[in-house]
Amino acid sequence: MAGNDYARNTTLRSPLGRVRGLGSAKGGTHHWWMQRVSSAALLPLTLWFALSAASLAGAPYEVTRDWIGHPLNAVLLLAAIGLAFQHTASGLQVIIEDYANQEWVKVGAILATKAICWLLAIASALAVLRIAVLRVAV
Amino acid sequence: MATFTLPKNSTIQQGKTHRAESGAKNVKSFKIYRYDPDSGENPRTDTFEIDLDKCGPMVLDALIKIKNEVDSTLTFRRSCREGICGSCSMNIDGLNTLACLKPIEDVTGDVKISPLPHMPVVKDLVPDLSQIYAQLRSIEPWLKSDTPPPPDGERRQSKEERAKLDGLWECILCFCCSTACPSYWWNGDRYLGPAVLIQAYRWIADSRDEATGERLDFLQDPFRLYRCHTIMNCARTCPKGLNPAAAIGKIKQMLVERES
Repeated sequence: MAGNDYARNTTLRSPLGRVRGLGSAKGGTHHWWMQRVSSAALLPLTLWFALSAASLAGAPYEVTRDWIGHPLNAVLLLAAIGLAFQHTASGLQVIIEDYANQEWVKVGAILATKAICWLLAIASALAVLRIAVLRVAV
Repeated sequence: MATFTLPKNSTIQQGKTHRAESGAKNVKSFKIYRYDPDSGENPRTDTFEIDLDKCGPMVLDALIKIKNEVDSTLTFRRSCREGICGSCSMNIDGLNTLACLKPIEDVTGDVKISPLPHMPVVKDLVPDLSQIYAQLRSIEPWLKSDTPPPPDGERRQSKEERAKLDGLWECILCFCCSTACPSYWWNGDRYLGPAVLIQAYRWIADSRDEATGERLDFLQDPFRLYRCHTIMNCARTCPKGLNPAAAIGKIKQMLVERES
């Protein structure tokens, strides 16, 4: 309760009034469920990616490029990228909500996290797409 | 951010030491958190040396002995002394439990006693529970039914339906679990905590209750319910051996169920 009105004794509102607060947000279920779904999906995807990356270790440039360009690999890579960043963003959101108890810090940090995850996801997806669609790698 | 250090006027200082009477052979030290808001002084840790040969077996026996014979200002809650009222919940040897159920011999070394963690302290081992009682009140822990009871008897329940309440009804509201939960520490103003959530589930799971949906509506909130990250301190500390985390898991399951 560190940092709230109750602990600081700065309010005369009744305990029940404070506890009921702004009422139920009637949400959170989707966020919680998607965290479970994305972690389940990321298990096989991460395993596949780790094994593939390991088997490509030391492979020449062309072989690696062709591997990424293969439709199946490209689709799985894009899925892994999307899920990994979605999962990261929602996990970080939970951590921030746990520890940040000033509203502007909380909202600001969550928005910044989401922006960074979005941009990184788009950049990663673009890298895969350039190879898969245009066969260009820089 | 969450506060990890104590404010200056809350840091705990070295207190008095009350030596055991000479000739005592079986001496154990009790290091007890003391705080008196009227004195304006910081909290302190007093040491009481107790002759276990002249003391009952439980930590509560030692506390009562200290209050009767050594320092009558020592303040703590107690009532039934047999683990059913939940009054004497406190932190003993690093774990929240009931003083009346904790054998002194289970503690190796000094017996360190402090109030339930992260609650405002009224005095010594007495925490202010007004907020957590309000949270309990907010989940409306009573049977809600539009159907009137049969005129000639009680509301009926099958044996299987009744069995669903086992592991829930035994809770004595000592709040050892909620005050052991880091999520409750950081967000206790909005998170309901394990003790209140297991009570909420006790009524959700009751076949005679007709307000299940309304109860789930109340709980469906990122802070009220979803601050539970299955840390499991609640189940570890519960002096009655209950598992609030499992009850919270079932609430989460029901919320997913009603959306699909």
